[in-house]
Amino acid sequence: MSQSLLGAPRDRVDGPAKVTGRAVYTGDNAVTAMVHAVVVESRIANGRITTIDEAAARSAAGVIEIMTHLNAPRVNARKSNANDSLLFLLQGDTVEFDRQPVAVAIAETFEQAMHAAQLVRVTYEAHAPTTDLALGARFVPEQVQGEPALHRRGSPEDAFAQAAVKAKQTYRTPTEHHNPMETHGTVAQWIGDRLTLYDSTQGVFGVQSHIATMFGIDPTHVRVVAPFVGGAFGSKGQMWSHVPLAAMAAKLVKRPVKLLLTRPQMFGWVGHRPQTAQAISLAATRDGRLQSVTHDVVNETSISDEFVEPCAVFSRDLYAVPNYAMSHTLARLHISKPTYQRGPGESTGSFAMESAMDELSYALGLDPLELRLRNYSDDHPDSGKPYSSKRLRECYARASERFGWSTRNPNVRSTSRGRMLVGAGMATASRAVHRSAATVRIRMNADGCVVVQCGTIEQGTGSPTVFGQLAAEILEIAPDRVRFEWGNTDLPEAPLAAGSQTAASVGSAVVAAARRLRERLASTNGSPPAEGVEVQIEDKPAADEEAHATQSFGAHFAEVEVDPDVGTVRVAKFVGAFDGGRILNAKTAQSQLLGGIVWGISMALFEDTRYDARTGRIMNANLSEYLVPTNADIPDVDVIIVEGDDPFANPAGVKGIGEVGICGSAAAVANAVYHATGIRIRELPITPDKLLA
Amino acid sequence: MNPFRYARVDSAPAAIAAALYEDRAQFVAGGTNILDLMKIYVEQPSLLVDINRLPISKVERRGDLVHIGALARMSDVAANDAVRQAFPMVAIALEQSASPQLRNMASMGGNLLQRTRCAYFRDPATPCNKRAPGSGCGAIGGENRMEAVLGTSEHCIATHASDVAVPLMALNAVVHVAGPLGDRDVSLSDFYRLPATTPHIETVLAHGELLTGISVPALPYASRSTYLKVRDRAQYEFALASAAVALDLAGGTIRQARVALGGVATIPWRSREAERVLAGALATRATFERAAEAALLGARGYGKNDFKIALAKRTLVRALEMVAT
Repeated sequence: MSQSLLGAPRDRVDGPAKVTGRAVYTGDNAVTAMVHAVVVESRIANGRITTIDEAAARSAAGVIEIMTHLNAPRVNARKSNANDSLLFLLQGDTVEFDRQPVAVAIAETFEQAMHAAQLVRVTYEAHAPTTDLALGARFVPEQVQGEPALHRRGSPEDAFAQAAVKAKQTYRTPTEHHNPMETHGTVAQWIGDRLTLYDSTQGVFGVQSHIATMFGIDPTHVRVVAPFVGGAFGSKGQMWSHVPLAAMAAKLVKRPVKLLLTRPQMFGWVGHRPQTAQAISLAATRDGRLQSVTHDVVNETSISDEFVEPCAVFSRDLYAVPNYAMSHTLARLHISKPTYQRGPGESTGSFAMESAMDELSYALGLDPLELRLRNYSDDHPDSGKPYSSKRLRECYARASERFGWSTRNPNVRSTSRGRMLVGAGMATASRAVHRSAATVRIRMNADGCVVVQCGTIEQGTGSPTVFGQLAAEILEIAPDRVRFEWGNTDLPEAPLAAGSQTAASVGSAVVAAARRLRERLASTNGSPPAEGVEVQIEDKPAADEEAHATQSFGAHFAEVEVDPDVGTVRVAKFVGAFDGGRILNAKTAQSQLLGGIVWGISMALFEDTRYDARTGRIMNANLSEYLVPTNADIPDVDVIIVEGDDPFANPAGVKGIGEVGICGSAAAVANAVYHATGIRIRELPITPDKLLA
Repeated sequence: MNPFRYARVDSAPAAIAAALYEDRAQFVAGGTNILDLMKIYVEQPSLLVDINRLPISKVERRGDLVHIGALARMSDVAANDAVRQAFPMVAIALEQSASPQLRNMASMGGNLLQRTRCAYFRDPATPCNKRAPGSGCGAIGGENRMEAVLGTSEHCIATHASDVAVPLMALNAVVHVAGPLGDRDVSLSDFYRLPATTPHIETVLAHGELLTGISVPALPYASRSTYLKVRDRAQYEFALASAAVALDLAGGTIRQARVALGGVATIPWRSREAERVLAGALATRATFERAAEAALLGARGYGKNDFKIALAKRTLVRALEMVAT
């Protein structure tokens, strides 16, 4: 059996449906007798509800019900944790953050529900909120992604004290919101005690299990359907309040309910990347060998829940450093609960670590790329395990050559183009690889056509395309003979589509099931029997996969033009090369990596959720004032795929490419800005006001 | 949005009559601003009077001046040859505004009358003297990075959002107004009102009065002009600071100049102080810097927008250099 290392650049099988509007997203669903719900949100960030005047709302046209904490159906906690403040389901009068759900208006049409929501008058007993990271109550969480929050190897303090060259700084990243094109939304339909949910989610099975617990019903009585998800980036990994609220509202009014979020509500209670403050110290020999690294992270979390942005994972797992220490501390603020956002930890952590490495390179008078190479770690620097595969050296080489890195003048503020200062910067990309159990069913009909089934989701990454392609390759049939079915809980169980793990998890199960099908077909001389043939396999990470460390890697090179008079920064050129193991489809992979880089540029220059410190209110909760890049802000981005075999990572041989593109890209831009101007910006985003010095 | 009534009219008198006797009536043309504000409950008109059928959309040369109908779309004005030749800074300002889709919809009259982008004005959960007189100014002491540093008062520091109003102010344009008591012309320099104690009153228009056109008087040296806009991203974003500049140069000397600033003031901000410094001076960077100092002399920062004072100066100096060279 042959598997190419670089999958064919096959067009998306769902592309025509998407561009012609035939693809059905959550908000497109209309079920019989459906009504519309709109969430009313708090206007304070800390306090309690004293009164709710519903009179005007109830008398408005088309209004069916106003659901508040006084009449909402009671639901069970999502989990046993008493501090579960992930969900705000009108079970009490406490307000912990700005825009917390405090009521739901239910009406015949969406417009009527919107109007009614506006007419609900809520009064509060308000207290001063805290949204300043420096002022939040601090504590050390018990763990970071299942590992200790505090971790060390060697004696970093001693090594730092004795080292010849040192760098020590604090880097900051702001609160950032995901803003996928499709806002969150749910359609809930009860028939007896059976519930169907059409939901824009990264995991239908997680929603099924949480909802069953909350409503005290059997999980098999909850059907969750998510055929297309219009972007998620981590924001649809957790089940947020609107899902149970839609089911509660449907129960209350005894009709199916559609609940969609508006764009401003995307800044309310469906997750965001937390702001961070990261202190980093580096110590090295005069020839640039790292002797110690310390990385101490503080990130915001909500009043009664915990989210750790695991920034220091990036510095822990990258360079050959004998002495290392990391810590993660949380600060409680009156904000909604943060969550995973593309490259959680590594995207923010890489900004800090790769900025620090850049600073060290200038302190040493060493080429920033050469500094990385001198500290290259062939084995995992923390566990000592061999890597399943690592082609980072090749990423550096190919990207730097394409970029023309060696031709730059290494001195800062040395290069100009007309009135513009020009700078080049680079950074390393690294991202942990995850894999979970997944179940896949494959059926070959008598005519040789194949159906592959798995209850994963399609969030724009190309799942239906690449998994059909992978099965076709193993079965050695044309890809158009294979149809992939996904997106609901009737299908075999898939893990959450997050953490860049879907290709590895579902892909490995597809490989296992397709191979089993081939074996079965061998007994019938390769042709299916008249009744067809079907296999179903649950594929789990094997014990021997633990023998190796698995990471995706990459190298970013950015060129910027900075206007020295007015401080504007434009990225003029960007090259990234990536090692994601085996690539299932060169085209969809390219898109994912490109998207990651674009977001990294956005993180470097634009994104910044702004709280009014007095009220805790987010003052740019819309896509006019919360900036994301326009086409004019993004240059031609050159993505190089350094494909290769990975025999140890997993049966599919893939390492994940959904997130590695954003890891390090913001640092490459910041480092280029420094090279252009001599101004080091340690707090994102890099806006003109910070470059006016 | 709140329920509202809608009426479509064919003439200015009909528009005025429809609006005059209803306190919360508003005119709608491109709708790119008012519909947006209605959706976020900042504007709550009871009646929208659609004026799109009025015959006031032409852009034409009338003798020495260029007349721009109030319903001319931003994209049409930006593409107009007479405008491009006589007043490049007007065309540039338009092309640097909004997005192509919005410019195809938005009218010139609506552009001059657009409301501020101040985050507090746009959020009914916060205080704002412009939206809810007497409720206070949320921006003072708050998230005021985008707010004004010129023309502010203790009641309001909201920035005027228009780009094209800035060069029009520099050009001393005149707006034509039709109203229940007849027609009148108002110089743009008299049209906008500083917030002072009444930030909710933004222009001299009375209820029922309709802006029908804009006349831009001839200014031969304005063929040598530019509009420089500095913003956080490359396109589709309001100004952090902008400058409209026209120079009348003879050799290395400036005979006369027109200067106006945007993104930093509560109204489109013509700086006669800068013009006075420039008139008769050598066209050097030192002169331009003195002009910039003069333009920002009365500026006041409110914390997060302090940088705008320096940025506006640098923007003006750069714009002057661009026109002078």
